[in-house]
Amino acid sequence: MEDFEPKIVAFLCNWCAYAGADLAGVSRLQYPSNIRTVRVMCSGRVDPLFIIKALKQGADGILTAG
Amino acid sequence: MISPKLVEVGRHTNINLITNSEIENIEGEPGDFDVTLVNRPRYIDPVKCTGCGECARHCPVTAVNYYNMNLDDRRATYIEYAQAVPLAFAIDTDTCIGCGLCENMCIAKAIDYDDKERTSKLKAGSVILSAGSRGFDPSSLDYLGYGKFPNVVTSEEFERILSASGPYFGHLMRPLDREEPKKIAWLQCVGSRDKNRSGNGYCSSVCCMYAVKEAMISKEHAHGDLDCAIFNMDIRTFGKDYEKYYLRAKDKDGVRFVKARIHTITEVPETGDLSVWYVDETGATQEETFNMVVLSIGLQIQPKTVELAQRLRIELNEYNFTSAAPFAPVKTSRPGIYTCGVLQGPKDIPSSITEASAAACLAGADLAEARGADIQKITVPDEIDISGQEPRIGVFVCNCGINIGGIVDVPAVREYAATLPNVTFTDDNLFTCSQDTQDKIKEVIIEHKLNRVVVASCSPKTHEQMFMETLEACGINKYLFEMANIRNQNSWIHSKTPEIATQKAKDLVRMSVARAAVLNTLKEKIVPINKQALIIGGGIAGMNAALGLGKQGFDVVLVEKDTQLGGFARQLHHTIEGEDIGAYIEKLIADVEADNKIRVLKNTRIVGFEGFKGNFATEVIVDGSDDKEKIKHGVIIVATGASEYKPEEYSYGEDKRIVTQVELGHRLEEQGASDLDSVVMIQCVGSRNDENENCSRICCQNAVKNALDIKRLNPDAQVYILYRDIRTYGLLEDYYTKARELGVIFIRFDQAAPPEVQASDDGVLVRIKDHILQQDVDIRADLLTLSAGMVAEDTDELSGIMKLNRNPEGFFIEAHVKLRPVDMPSDGIFLCGSAHAPKLISETIAQAQAAASRATTFLARDEIKLSAITAKVDTDYCVKCLTCVRSCPFEVPVFNTHEKVIEINEAICHGCGVCTAVCPRETIQLSFYEDDQITSKIDALLAGGM
Repeated sequence: MEDFEPKIVAFLCNWCAYAGADLAGVSRLQYPSNIRTVRVMCSGRVDPLFIIKALKQGADGILTAG
Repeated sequence: MISPKLVEVGRHTNINLITNSEIENIEGEPGDFDVTLVNRPRYIDPVKCTGCGECARHCPVTAVNYYNMNLDDRRATYIEYAQAVPLAFAIDTDTCIGCGLCENMCIAKAIDYDDKERTSKLKAGSVILSAGSRGFDPSSLDYLGYGKFPNVVTSEEFERILSASGPYFGHLMRPLDREEPKKIAWLQCVGSRDKNRSGNGYCSSVCCMYAVKEAMISKEHAHGDLDCAIFNMDIRTFGKDYEKYYLRAKDKDGVRFVKARIHTITEVPETGDLSVWYVDETGATQEETFNMVVLSIGLQIQPKTVELAQRLRIELNEYNFTSAAPFAPVKTSRPGIYTCGVLQGPKDIPSSITEASAAACLAGADLAEARGADIQKITVPDEIDISGQEPRIGVFVCNCGINIGGIVDVPAVREYAATLPNVTFTDDNLFTCSQDTQDKIKEVIIEHKLNRVVVASCSPKTHEQMFMETLEACGINKYLFEMANIRNQNSWIHSKTPEIATQKAKDLVRMSVARAAVLNTLKEKIVPINKQALIIGGGIAGMNAALGLGKQGFDVVLVEKDTQLGGFARQLHHTIEGEDIGAYIEKLIADVEADNKIRVLKNTRIVGFEGFKGNFATEVIVDGSDDKEKIKHGVIIVATGASEYKPEEYSYGEDKRIVTQVELGHRLEEQGASDLDSVVMIQCVGSRNDENENCSRICCQNAVKNALDIKRLNPDAQVYILYRDIRTYGLLEDYYTKARELGVIFIRFDQAAPPEVQASDDGVLVRIKDHILQQDVDIRADLLTLSAGMVAEDTDELSGIMKLNRNPEGFFIEAHVKLRPVDMPSDGIFLCGSAHAPKLISETIAQAQAAASRATTFLARDEIKLSAITAKVDTDYCVKCLTCVRSCPFEVPVFNTHEKVIEINEAICHGCGVCTAVCPRETIQLSFYEDDQITSKIDALLAGGM
C-alpha cells in the first residue's frame, strides 16, 4: 500500500471551489496530482449516481466541493 | 475580490483603458471637453505583451517592491501584481541597467527601450475624477518610532504582510526577525482626527473597521494564541452591519479595545519588542509591551492629486477633498466634471462604489442625447447548422509562454489529442488567447469544418467567454466549446513534476474531448426590455432616482404610499452644514412633478407582482380605488426609507421635557433655545443594544448638529452629550471638534452602566458615571433629548408580494455588501436610501443616483440575452412529485395548477442544476451540463486508467 496513489474525481462548483482551485494555481501552491476535476455549476448538480458511477469504474475517492 | 471587476473593465469593448498616463489639462465645457494627456513610457508594449513574465524572470536587477510597501523586492522589469489589468509588464528605468536580457527573452517582441513620453488628446463629454488617496505617512510623528523601530509598521504594510501574495506569503511575521508575534497592538487615528500634529482634522472613516478586520485575520493566521489590542478614542463601526462584526471581535474572538491615545512608543533593544506608553481612562500612566505595533494610518490626498485639481481648476477643501455640497455629493466646482471615492471625502469600499455609480449617472445624463453614438458593436455571422454532422473536434493546446510549455510536454499532449476519437485537427500555440492565434483558430475552424472546439490552456473562469466569442465569429454555436484547465489546475501546481503534469494534461484533454463530442447546440433566449422603471418610495432617495432616470431619457413611475412626496426628510430642517432641507425637498418635488418623464402615483399601494428582469408587471391601487392598475416595467428601484425610532427607554412619552432629536429639531426651529439653560442628550437609544445591534450611523452627527444649534441660539446654554463612542466620521469630525470648542460637554458611558433619568419639578435629573472623575455626576436638564436610532419602514407586505429579501432589522439586502451595494440579488432590482441602511441625506442622494445609473445599464439595452445554461423539464415523463419545487434554492420551478405541469422559467433559472440532480425520474436536464455531458468525462477519465 506504500506506493498506493489514489485516483480521485473532484466535482467542483464553478463559483467557489473551482475558483479556489484556480487561485491555488495562481498562488503556485503545490499539491499531489491525484485529482482530476469535473466542473459543475453548483455542487448541488452532483447526482449521487455520478459518484457511484465513478467509484464503480475504479475511482478510489470522490471530492465534492462547493 | 476585485479581480473579476478588473477583468471586466479590461475586456469591455466600450472602455478604452489608458494606463500610465496623467491628465495635463481639460479645456472646453460640459458635453465638449478637450483632454490633454501625458502618456508615460512603460518600455513594454501592452498590446504585444502577453503577461508571460519571462522578462521579469530573466531580469538581473533587483528593485524595491513598492506594491508590497517596500517589504520585499522585485525585478526592474515587473508587473505590480498578478491580476493587474492590462496584464502587461513595464520597465522601471530608475533601476534598469539596460542589459537587454528581457528584450532577448521576449518571444512576443514587446520590449521597446526607445519608448518615449508622449502627449495625446482625446474628446470627452463628461469627466469623472477618482484619483483616490494613499495612506498617511507617519514618519514625521517621531513619538511613534515609525521608520526607527522595524516592528512598527503601518496598516498598509500589515495588509501586505497578511496577503498570500505579499512579502511573507501570508505568514504572520514581524519585519525585524521574521518571528511570529504573540502580541500585536493597533494604534488608531494616526494621521486622522489630529489637526495639531498631522494637520488632518477629519476622521478617515475606514481605519476602525480595517483594524478590527486585521486583528481578526491575524488571529486566523496565527499559530496558537494571539493577543490583539486596539487602542482607540472611539470605535467607529458605523456602516451597515459593521457593529455586529465589531461585537464578534470583542466578545467572541477576544480582541481587546482600549480607550487611550498613545503617548510614546519605545523599543526594547534586546528583543525588538515595543513598549507602548499611554494614559488610561482614570488618568493613570500605563505601559504594555507588544511584539509588533500596527499604525492605523488615515487616508490622505496626495500632493500630485492636489496639483491635478489645481490644473483643472477644481476647488478642494482645507483637507484637499473636493468640496461637495451636501445635496450634490458627486459634483465638483466645475460643471461637467464629477468625482467619486476618497477624493470626494474619506470613505469605505461600498460607499466608493455607490458614488462611482452616482458619478456615472450624472456624467451619463449630460450625454444622454448622444448615448450609443460611439459604441463599438460586434456583429456575428449567422450560425452554421451542424445537426446530423458527426463531431469534428479541433484541439488547441496552449503553451502560455512557458507557464504551461515550460513544464508540460505540450507537443506530446497535442500528439496524444490527435489519437482521441472524433478529433480531426490539433495544434499548439504559444498563446492561444492572443489576437493572432484567435485569427488563426478562426481560419482553421472554417478550413477543417470543425464543429466542436477544445482549448487546453488556463481557466474557463477567465477565458471561456473569449473563446466562445471566437466560435460565434465563425458561425459556430458558442456552446460547442470545452476547456481543459492545464495551467491553473495543472502546470502551476505540479511544476516540480513535469512528467506527472504532462500525464495529467493528457487525462484532462481526453476528458474534455469526450465531453465536447456530446455537446449540443443551444439557443440563448432573447427577451425585450420594457424601458420603464418603477420606483417604490417618494422620499429623497426615490425622487433623486426618478430624476436621474428622467434625465437619462427613461420613463418612470414613482409610487408613494403617503399622500405627499418627501418622506421622512420632511421632519428635518437643515443639514449639519446648514443647508435648508425643506427648501431642497420643495425644489425636488417641483422638479419631479415638472418632469414629463415621471409619473407620480401618491397614496398608492402595491398589491400584486410578477415577472422577471426586463419584464416586470406590478399591480397597484391608487387612492383606495376599487380597480387595480397594472404597470409594466423593466426595472425596480426600492427606496422605501426609514424613520426615527420611538424610544421605550428613559421615560420617553411620559414627560414632555423628554424628546427625540427630531422633536428637538422642531422645537429649536419653532421656539429657539433662549429658555434652555441645560440640555442633556443621550446617544445610542434604540441602537447598539440587544434588540438592535447595529449603529444607526446618523445620530451622533444629529446630536452634534442640534448641540451646535443650541449654542448658536443661546451661547450660555449648557449642552451635555452622553455617548458610548462618538461616530462623527469623515468630515463630520470638524463639527464634533467645533462643538467641543464651543463648550459642549461630552461624557462617555458604558453600555452596562447607562444614565439614570428621573423627571422632577426642577427639570429632568440625569445621573451618569463620569469616567475621568470616576464618580457619579448629577445633571439637571430643562430638556432631555434621546438620540433615537433609525428603523426601517414597515415593508412586510411589500417584501412578501415582491419577494425582496430583508435582514432581521427590516433593511433590504444588497447583492454584495462590498462590490454591489446598490443592486439587489435578483437582476433588474436596485436599492437606495435608508431602505438599505441608515444614512445621511448626501449619502442617500449619491445612492439614489447610483441606483438610477445601475438601472440605466439595463434600460439602455433593447433586449437581453439569457444564458442557455438553464434547466428544462420533460413534462411527458414528469410525475409532478414536486421534489424540484422543494429543492430549488431560488424557487424557480412552479407547479402550474391550470395546465397541471411543472414549469421552469428560463429567465429566472440560475442554472445551478440542483433540480436536475434531485429529480427522481431524471426528467429535468440542465443544458450544457446534461447527465451524459458530465458522465462522459468520468468515463473518459477512468477508461484511460488515469
